[in-house]
Amino acid sequence: MLIFEKGAPGRKAHSQVPGSNAELDLPQDLLRQDKAALPEVSELQVVRHFTNLSRKNFSIDTQFYPLGSCTMKYNPRGAHRAASLPGFLARHPLAPESHSQGYLSCVYELQEVLKEVTGMAGVSLCPMAGAQGEFAGVAMIKAYHEARNDHARTEIIVPEAAHGTNPATAVMCGYKVREIPVKQDGDVDLEALKDAVGPQTAGIMMTNPSTCGVFERQIEEISKTVHDAGGLLYYDGANLNAILGKVRPGDMGFDVLHMNLHKTFATPHGGGGPGSGPVAVGERLLPYLPTPIAGCAEERGEKRYHWLDDDALPESIGRLSAFMGNAGIILRAYVYAVLLGREGLHRVGEYSTLNANYMAKLLENAGFKLAYPGRRATHEFIVTLNKQAKELGVTAMDFAKRLLDYGYHAPTTYFPLLVPECFLIEPTETESIEELEGYVEAMIQIQKEAEDSAELVTGAPFTQPVRRLDDVKAARELDVAYRKPEAENQ
Amino acid sequence: MPFIPHTEQDVQKMLDVIGADSIDQLFDEIPAHLRSRTLDAVPEGLSEMAMMRRMTERAAKDAGALCFIGAGAYEHHIPAAVWDITTRGEFMTAYTPYQAEASQGTLQLIYEYQSMMCALTGLSVSNASLYDGASGLAEAILMAIRGNRKSKSRRVLVASSIHPLYRKAADSIVGNQGIELDEVPIDSEALAVDMSQLDKFAGEDYAALVIAQPNFFGSVVDVNKLTDWAHEQGMLVIGVVNPTSLAVLTPPGQWGEAGADIAVGEGQPLGIPMASGGPYFGFICCTDKLVRQMPGRIIGRTVDLEGKVGYTLTLQAREQHIRRSKATSNICTNQGLAVTAATIYMSLLGDDGLSQVARASHANTHALRQRIGKLPGVKLGNQTHCFHEFVMHLEGDAEQILAKMADQGVLGGLALRKYYDALANSVLVCVTETKTEDDLQKYEEALKAALQAVGGEG
Repeated sequence: MLIFEKGAPGRKAHSQVPGSNAELDLPQDLLRQDKAALPEVSELQVVRHFTNLSRKNFSIDTQFYPLGSCTMKYNPRGAHRAASLPGFLARHPLAPESHSQGYLSCVYELQEVLKEVTGMAGVSLCPMAGAQGEFAGVAMIKAYHEARNDHARTEIIVPEAAHGTNPATAVMCGYKVREIPVKQDGDVDLEALKDAVGPQTAGIMMTNPSTCGVFERQIEEISKTVHDAGGLLYYDGANLNAILGKVRPGDMGFDVLHMNLHKTFATPHGGGGPGSGPVAVGERLLPYLPTPIAGCAEERGEKRYHWLDDDALPESIGRLSAFMGNAGIILRAYVYAVLLGREGLHRVGEYSTLNANYMAKLLENAGFKLAYPGRRATHEFIVTLNKQAKELGVTAMDFAKRLLDYGYHAPTTYFPLLVPECFLIEPTETESIEELEGYVEAMIQIQKEAEDSAELVTGAPFTQPVRRLDDVKAARELDVAYRKPEAENQ
Repeated sequence: MPFIPHTEQDVQKMLDVIGADSIDQLFDEIPAHLRSRTLDAVPEGLSEMAMMRRMTERAAKDAGALCFIGAGAYEHHIPAAVWDITTRGEFMTAYTPYQAEASQGTLQLIYEYQSMMCALTGLSVSNASLYDGASGLAEAILMAIRGNRKSKSRRVLVASSIHPLYRKAADSIVGNQGIELDEVPIDSEALAVDMSQLDKFAGEDYAALVIAQPNFFGSVVDVNKLTDWAHEQGMLVIGVVNPTSLAVLTPPGQWGEAGADIAVGEGQPLGIPMASGGPYFGFICCTDKLVRQMPGRIIGRTVDLEGKVGYTLTLQAREQHIRRSKATSNICTNQGLAVTAATIYMSLLGDDGLSQVARASHANTHALRQRIGKLPGVKLGNQTHCFHEFVMHLEGDAEQILAKMADQGVLGGLALRKYYDALANSVLVCVTETKTEDDLQKYEEALKAALQAVGGEG
């Protein structure tokens, strides 16, 4: 039942209404004539409705959630508590620097941490999500070439395994996209890359480890090939968790990257956001970083923090939001870095990789087919259920839905697109061995069901608030907003 | 090891199964000379207790002042229930509802959100949210360019009474696609679009006109006239609106003869704390005709295979994970948690509550205008009508005066010098329902003292 269908005309949450019926000193023809059809409910009705809705969700706090490429690790409560301190919540984004030293110091220190872990020369925390970070990164590549009057560079190269955001971003920056193939072993086809680069190449967008769940071993050759052609290297930080503390994008030869703080720095995913997608750059791209950025100066032996705006960075690609990105997420990521410290950040890459390799091995031992056997798993790996689909008529989607009945969130399914019937599984470092084994056990059970009584799998889920939904009807008979039934409208 | 559950025995067992001697060996595909050794610039970790102490001290440094700054972020009362429920782990630690059956909570909530935004704006489609109002404006502009069948133009006309930071952000985002934003000048006396200037653009090919209600200066303007003018020129109309005001002002869907085509704005006033600028959320609504141009996630109502009502992501063929380089936008993550808060906020307030928030803010704004309008050295902006913000022109350096007020614990507003040459010593002031008579008196006293101090120095 919808919140609109609860309540009654005239009912209200009395203590939330300020009790003002002040006249509006405004012209009549600019005033609203009808009432906005918002719910009319009591405070308890609201609390109960939304509490009950929350119970219809899977979440990290309630279930193992190994969604590949999304890094669904534990979101520390301490980070949330600290970012919710009243002084931080009440700070206006345009408050003067005299009343912003606390917040600015956190922003500045996080910039420094991110520079170190990525091996880059400068950081801007402005982008509000990974896709906006990608946009900022490619816009900086464009600004760099334009500043050199190199207008012939009209193409961005993207390996076919890339996230959909990569080609979409390149187009948003006015580039043409050239896709290059990936080889059987998951590495980029270097010969195809060599054929693809030229004076038209603005840059390449890559994820490393790639979305195939393996580390791109030829990264130095790729870097040399693209740089020799005059292009720049963009690092999509979606999989940074795999290598945190182990290898830095700056050392691999990347010129610019974005990070997903909601992945690698453990900020909550919030049912689809907010994220935060800071960008880091090497020396060449420093002048183009999006604004504002926090700066620091010593004043009479005391650190004073300030904003660097487009006055200070005249060549910046500019602003990406009204203020400065998802500040509250930035605070949570800062706290995460403070809690982990140097040693803890090293362990992120190590234990996420250990967990993925363990799960991959258990599944392989149980007879599941890995997409890249013989390769090390990174923080994630791919299982292909192509055989099950062909021989048993049970698809990756069916396995995914049946996993829900076992109390596990499904992995990422059907991505990357080049592996048929695939599961991209990312356990993260915060899961215990018991969870990993439980998940593998569920996969084994589902395999048995697929062989013996396939309808248990193809008809799943059975235990969720709804069974499989009619997506075709959803798109054909579009219903995207509630409307009161006609009879009640009179 | 913070948040890592492994015991030594666990690690040994796992390595044995994998067939590796050490965790380090798992990284043997990475060329050895690339491997990082230390992260020297990162300090050692702190316990939660030590971290909370540091953060509490830092938060306290920023706290305590009375805030009269608005300019796109507004202090409103947020009912306790809003964030108590929003931060339940089931909402906060879920992700994009790809597995619809296990995400009905988030999906139904977004459907309810979309319904509420349609009710407020008077338009028929809302998406599941964008990053913020400013980037939302950029998406609205891209949408209008794609969606205007009458025009092939890649130019959009923007009133310079739109928030200057919105214009900057929109320009950074759409400029890369070769889209030009041309500005309609404002009348700096009336603090609204100069209608006489508008006629200069008549007959020119623009995809859309962007207008704000209330505008950046807080002025409530004749959007009906502007909308009709733009439609006569074959332009689409994008309305940038404040959601609180929509409880009392004409919704964009009813502007002029035909209504605005797209409404976009900052959702922060709906139960989101000011929190240094985010996370907020951008809302965007449009007419039925433009639905396929909409960026980002949209939730639809459907049924499951037993005929039971359920909710799911729909029209995904517009999106980057399907369409890749042909998507309507690269947006993927949105601002789900902020939307959760806003949906609970709107449910608690209802139309009546939201309308009273608007009325109380409006009344307080006028009360402050009356208090300070007669002070020597203060001239109120010549605004015929304002909602909950207004401009005051000062005799003396506005930034210095604001700094003196801040010393007394009052953040008196936003200095406009940086944004408008003609408004060198003008300040944009905001008053919401959260301010009491005592607060207004404190403002008056702080302003008086600051004017004297700065005047005295001069």
